[in-house]
Amino acid sequence: MSLLELKNVTLRFGGLVAVNDVSFNVEEGEVFALVGPNGAGKSTIFNMISRFYTPAEGDIYFEGKSILDREPHDIPSLGIARTFQNIELFEQASVLQNLLVGRHTHRRSNFLTDIIFTPFVRNEERAQREAVEHVIDFLDLQPYREKMIAGLPYGVRKVVEMGRALAIKPKLLLLDEPASGLSVEETRDVAFWIEDIKKVMGITVLMVEHDMHLVSAVSDRVMALADGRMLAIGSPQKVQNDPAVIEAYLGSDHMSGDGEAA
Amino acid sequence: MRIVFKTSYDADIRLFKHNAQAFWYLLLFAIAILLPFIVSEFLIGEATLVLIWAICGMGLMILVGQTGQASLGHAAFMAVGAYSNVIYQENFSLPFVISFPLSGLTAGVAGALVALPTTRLHGIYLAIATLAISVLTEDLIVILEPITGGITGLFAPDVQIFGFTFNRYGNPVELYWLVLGITFIVVYAYRNILRSPIGRAFAAVRDSEVSAKAMGVNVARTKMVAFAVSCTITGLGGALMGHFATVFTHETFNLIISITLLLMIVVGGLGSIHGAFFGAIVVVLLPLLISVSRDAIGAYTGSGSITIPGLESGIFGALLIGFILFEPMGIYGRWLKIRTYFELFPFYRKDMFRRQKSYLKTERTQ
Repeated sequence: MSLLELKNVTLRFGGLVAVNDVSFNVEEGEVFALVGPNGAGKSTIFNMISRFYTPAEGDIYFEGKSILDREPHDIPSLGIARTFQNIELFEQASVLQNLLVGRHTHRRSNFLTDIIFTPFVRNEERAQREAVEHVIDFLDLQPYREKMIAGLPYGVRKVVEMGRALAIKPKLLLLDEPASGLSVEETRDVAFWIEDIKKVMGITVLMVEHDMHLVSAVSDRVMALADGRMLAIGSPQKVQNDPAVIEAYLGSDHMSGDGEAA
Repeated sequence: MRIVFKTSYDADIRLFKHNAQAFWYLLLFAIAILLPFIVSEFLIGEATLVLIWAICGMGLMILVGQTGQASLGHAAFMAVGAYSNVIYQENFSLPFVISFPLSGLTAGVAGALVALPTTRLHGIYLAIATLAISVLTEDLIVILEPITGGITGLFAPDVQIFGFTFNRYGNPVELYWLVLGITFIVVYAYRNILRSPIGRAFAAVRDSEVSAKAMGVNVARTKMVAFAVSCTITGLGGALMGHFATVFTHETFNLIISITLLLMIVVGGLGSIHGAFFGAIVVVLLPLLISVSRDAIGAYTGSGSITIPGLESGIFGALLIGFILFEPMGIYGRWLKIRTYFELFPFYRKDMFRRQKSYLKTERTQ
């Protein structure tokens, strides 16, 4: 059984078919990348998995069960965490508080015990903090723990967002362009982290990324999309050399098939 | 500059960051307790009013400052608190110790019911919907004459707790202490909200609903809880206001009060407990200041007492515009800046509190 399975998924916005009959499986323990030009439907697929969009046709299974009857806020407790392409952090809160929100699905207190702040809530807070500290250590966020998001540089925000998703302790991590806007060094850090997320934490990763160096460095399998359709699926090398993929990126009259689809 | 060394996670959980901070707040509380021995009875009455406004303000602050939901109708929930408190006492002959918390609960339930349809709305639409509720409540009070007394209003009996009597005119000092005690409890509850998961869920909803959902926060439910908690606190404040006013009608809790509440927390400083108190001080002391200076000017020019209609709301409006233009963080924001200036002296930079321009946000998916 695959961890995540999309079966003939189609989504239309009015007359536009954003995702057209797409099927793929993400196996447990792999890093799976979605690539494709802008408007190919990559982020739309993410938004369907996190249930912000509902597909018109097809079904999405997580651990063998359909998730289409779930609300967006149920998805993290199933074990699916995500980041956003353009960073959606809680601006007026500290890094620590942002990461603690990631522990929301693990809370066992309710608002009444919170208001009274019973010893149970206090112990819970300690436990959540410890879980968050592991993430902080993992991503080297110690210098920023108390800083407000509103004052942080872009690169750090990217990392905090990844940390917030990791704080959920998901089984499947959806990374929407983890390296966009990052420097070469920062991108290399991201590559190491994705490796560690897979190997050390045992979390399956599904990511959308344009940086083909990063994609070929970390992913086990790649799927290329264009105009909402699947073009090719397989190892990074195979997909990069696929004629349909090269055509989608460079047009049909490209000079030479060097396979550098970036 | 103070450096706090944190040696355990509890350092971030406990109420005070360091002992000096605890000392100053305890000193403030001690002065508040001893205030009746320092100032006149008239000023104690004013101080009681400040505390009652601050309680109502904290209620609204939970909603506006913490959860980012606008409400232009919070006087309605003050009214629910005030009316239900007196009705429980008079019609069901419940003692104050039961009717008072029950009135807060009633306002909280009313808030949750209002939240059911209105939390689907955002920004200006939510403001309009809550404004309508304020207007509607005024009319409802008049229509429900048999229990609310209609336009003649209700008479709030003296507060009786275990044989002790609290009356604004008879024993204002005792009433002040009672209100101070309730204020203390509300502040403590507010602080608990800020340091617990529910407070973080509020902040998540305020800063990014999309992201809150992606973190597993049930946005609709969180907004409802925010409304319920907010209206409970405001309802408690309203109940106290009823006892303080002794006689109240539908006009005691009209739209102007709703707007004043909102202006109060904006001027005081959105998103902080301090803001509610600073705002309450401005709301209570401004009319006092105006009347004092009016008399002084009248005596100076020899023209006797001059009355300019609408002067109070005019000055209040001008204050608000001034704050929004020059100090959007309110009085508390200004206070933070001044404190930082001295803490870091001479290293304070002019742009230290300038907000960074936020980066492009994801297109809203819903």
